[in-house]
Amino acid sequence: MKVRVNSHWPPGHIRTPAYLRGKQGEIEREIGLFNNPEQNAYRLASEQRALVRVRFTMAEVWGDAAETPDDVIEAEIYTHWLEPV
Amino acid sequence: MGGDPAGKISYDQHDFALWEKRVDALMVLASSAGLMNTDSLRRVLEDMGEEAYEAMSYYERWIASVGQNMIEVGAFSTAELAKKMAQVKERGSTYGDAT
Amino acid sequence: MPHDHQNDEPLSSSGHPYRADNDTTLSYWQVMEIAVRELLIEKGHISASQVHEQINRMDARSPANGASIVARAWTDPQFKAALLTNASQTSQDMGFDIGPMHLIALENTEKVHNVIVCTLCSCYPRNLLGLPPDWYKSRAYRSRTVVEPRKVLSEFGLEFNQKIQIRVHDSTADMRYIVIPYQPAESEGLSETELAKWITRDSMIGVGLPRAPA
Repeated sequence: MKVRVNSHWPPGHIRTPAYLRGKQGEIEREIGLFNNPEQNAYRLASEQRALVRVRFTMAEVWGDAAETPDDVIEAEIYTHWLEPV
Repeated sequence: MGGDPAGKISYDQHDFALWEKRVDALMVLASSAGLMNTDSLRRVLEDMGEEAYEAMSYYERWIASVGQNMIEVGAFSTAELAKKMAQVKERGSTYGDAT
Repeated sequence: MPHDHQNDEPLSSSGHPYRADNDTTLSYWQVMEIAVRELLIEKGHISASQVHEQINRMDARSPANGASIVARAWTDPQFKAALLTNASQTSQDMGFDIGPMHLIALENTEKVHNVIVCTLCSCYPRNLLGLPPDWYKSRAYRSRTVVEPRKVLSEFGLEFNQKIQIRVHDSTADMRYIVIPYQPAESEGLSETELAKWITRDSMIGVGLPRAPA
């Protein structure tokens, strides 16, 4: 399933890397529910959030500067950072 | 971090010193005790900023983060930590003497 | 006047005692470590023996653990399938105490080479392989591997042609990764125990290849 990473830039503790924000990829696998690190980092009672692995091509992430366009990056992204494409 | 310009990777490896292994253990044990967690460790590390990355070694940053976490959660007070640190320094000039 | 306490810390995993460390000039951060540890013990949050045991536990974890898992995956297709489906459960079933760690195993093939990095910090499957090498935690490795993995790999001595796809895994959240290296043809037919000696820590991160033991 194709998804796009939100291009949001809030303060706080975020596990969505800056270099992937706004980028489009495909869900590689669902991983399950985990305590939201954005809340856990402040020792707040955290909600469980769904985590998935997303595959991005190097071309998508780095554009013309990509070392090898069809190589990929796979990263774990919380679904509240993703929107369907 | 990902994609930031950076130079050659250095392959020097150091054997972990006892005090570093203790820092690592403290992080794990304090987390098991419910006083902190991996996310709060990382959040304090991030908030320490660029200069800390330049000026401090990995486990120096970790003990700074553990210490701050403990103060935030109330495991001990800043004053208690300061007093204890002063006492430790009095014991001697090497890690072996002070530990 | 020597301290009246039991200096019973284990040897460093290189087999040497901590003499050099104990002789170095006390730094501000070492003072903090001692102070934090003693305060936590005094307040009853942790105990000195727990610290000792936790150090022993981490010292016992090493790449040899991962190597034995990979060696089994090379010789037992059912085990490999189970490992690829649920690496946490499979490694625990094999007897490894990985604690709360969530593990994903990634297979290198003739067409795919996997490499692991944590751009945000230094996440590493430490509860299986032990503590990560210094270079893995460096800014250079963490920022460059997602941009120019082939260049980084070439600095580790690995070259890949265009028929092979490089997959860079950024360990961004709760998962930890181990690469199952591609079994070299020259190692076919060896026993599991023999094969384990071929599998290096670097090959399980993806920056090295398995090779015949020295």
